[in-house]
Amino acid sequence: MMQKILAPLTLALVMLFLIGPFAIIVAASFSAGDTLAFPPQGFSLKWIAKVFTVESFRQSFAMSLFLAIGGTIAALILGIPASYAMARYRLPGAETVRFMVSLPIIVPGIIVGLALLRYFVIPIGLSITLALFLAHTALILPYAVRVVSASLANLRSDMEEAAVLLGASRLGAFFSVVLPNIRGGILSAFILGFVTSFNQVPVSLFLSGPGVRTLPIDMLGYMEIVFDPSVAALSSLLAFLSIGIVFLAERFLGFSRYV
Amino acid sequence: MSDASFLLLDGLTLAYGKTTAVEGLNLSIRRGELVALLGPSGCGKTTTMRAIAGLMPVKSGRIVLDGRDITRTPANRREVGLVFQSYALFPHLTVFENVAFGLRLKGMSGKPLEDRVLTAIASVGLSPFANRKTPELSGGQQQRVALARSMVMEPKVLMLDEPLSNLDARLRLEMRTELQRVQKESGVTMIFVTHDQIEALALADRIVVMRNGAIEQIGTPEDIYNRPESAFVADFVGFENIFALKDGQLVTPGGTAPIADAPADAAALAWRPRAVALGNGPFSGVVRSSSFAGSAREYLLDTPLGPIKAEADAAHPAHDLGDTVSFGLPAATAATLRRFG
Repeated sequence: MMQKILAPLTLALVMLFLIGPFAIIVAASFSAGDTLAFPPQGFSLKWIAKVFTVESFRQSFAMSLFLAIGGTIAALILGIPASYAMARYRLPGAETVRFMVSLPIIVPGIIVGLALLRYFVIPIGLSITLALFLAHTALILPYAVRVVSASLANLRSDMEEAAVLLGASRLGAFFSVVLPNIRGGILSAFILGFVTSFNQVPVSLFLSGPGVRTLPIDMLGYMEIVFDPSVAALSSLLAFLSIGIVFLAERFLGFSRYV
Repeated sequence: MSDASFLLLDGLTLAYGKTTAVEGLNLSIRRGELVALLGPSGCGKTTTMRAIAGLMPVKSGRIVLDGRDITRTPANRREVGLVFQSYALFPHLTVFENVAFGLRLKGMSGKPLEDRVLTAIASVGLSPFANRKTPELSGGQQQRVALARSMVMEPKVLMLDEPLSNLDARLRLEMRTELQRVQKESGVTMIFVTHDQIEALALADRIVVMRNGAIEQIGTPEDIYNRPESAFVADFVGFENIFALKDGQLVTPGGTAPIADAPADAAALAWRPRAVALGNGPFSGVVRSSSFAGSAREYLLDTPLGPIKAEADAAHPAHDLGDTVSFGLPAATAATLRRFG
């Protein structure tokens, strides 16, 4: 009898804990008041409208978008051949490579950011944009390798041999037979990489500089000066964008199979 | 080039790293022949097939196909077809595109391509499925696609890896007929790899029995089935009672046993269960187990010669467990083996 009440109650509390903060932010973004507060004072869409008028948001959004898309593409260009080589050939040191590639997930972002700043940006004068791009590529690479490896593991190598016996070169077989069959994995890796990069804070925090900021860093900076609900509005918009992307991916690709 | 040695394997040695898989293999295959490579797993039959296809590097020796040394020719220029055990179809493509794959790489397109692909698909009876994706087809249909995909390239040699092992009994018979028909109509030289002696006996013109990376015996199905040369081959084709022969006597776990009319040049004699003369002969044994197999009854006897497998017509009255029965091993019904081992 107790269990009949306790179990749903526990579930409800956990759900509240998980979804609550998000619900508060969403509610706050529709506030009519001038400060970030909950419960919201009145209802309006003015803060949502304001998000689109802030110039620095527009710039940092473009920067974040560039890093997320560019970094993910770069990580896939590096990660797909690496995953393929590790899946198909018994390479000496493959385990070491696999470990090295997953380091950026394990090492705290603060350290990565500090190291990049101290030993790359400052001594060799690497531009901030390039440093951010390299850092994001490195951060996405582990996800790209993991997800692509998972879909390669399900792909039998005799398909490539069949293609070769029908006249294809090894490289031709890779493009005509392997790539189309790991398409789902690649798209999943893309989405995962995109979201990872877009939400990245600690590394970007170190590397951001005058005029070059990613969106989350810009939002932090904005909040230090202005405490109006526009940050909440922006957060809500981003959250819904992420949810939308993942929902579509799950719907059409079975995203959760790969992650 | 001669038709008698259309495909020649000359002293072929193959290895995985330091492990030798096939050593000094010599084999000559005629144009249009249907050859089975038969042997237990690990005997080197699949490795040999992969080497002919160019998927396995040759350590030493030569492969000559149609007068051309192809030992170092890359797999994509060998004109050799291979139907994989898993079929290895391209799951993202339709049946049509699977079959068209090789022709497109040759630069064919448009109407000529379409005609040839559709003819190939029709020849394996899959016309209604041309636009289906291959994962939607049954196993038997998938194999036909794989067959059409290889055959449309008009290979000089078509190889099949365990072509019947993934099919159920009814489809197996159907596919066997299909393969024989394809072979007859196209005249293609065909090599298939199998561990199943029944498949090899039913399908092949000639059987190559392999063991530990070497050829154990080559012969027609009749040769292999009736005249095995070694105990290994005899055992493989169902001779279950095998004894070495020494000074005209059978060597058994219980000492030597005399046998009348033993051939002088034999190293061993082998009897199928059916060839054991049950109820009639100098030996006796105790029935340890008996099982009914339709037209016959199979017995396992405990005898001074060791365990003996015998078979009697089911019309005869059955022997009970524990009964003592006499039996004979007539030299006339034995296979004469040249090697015991």
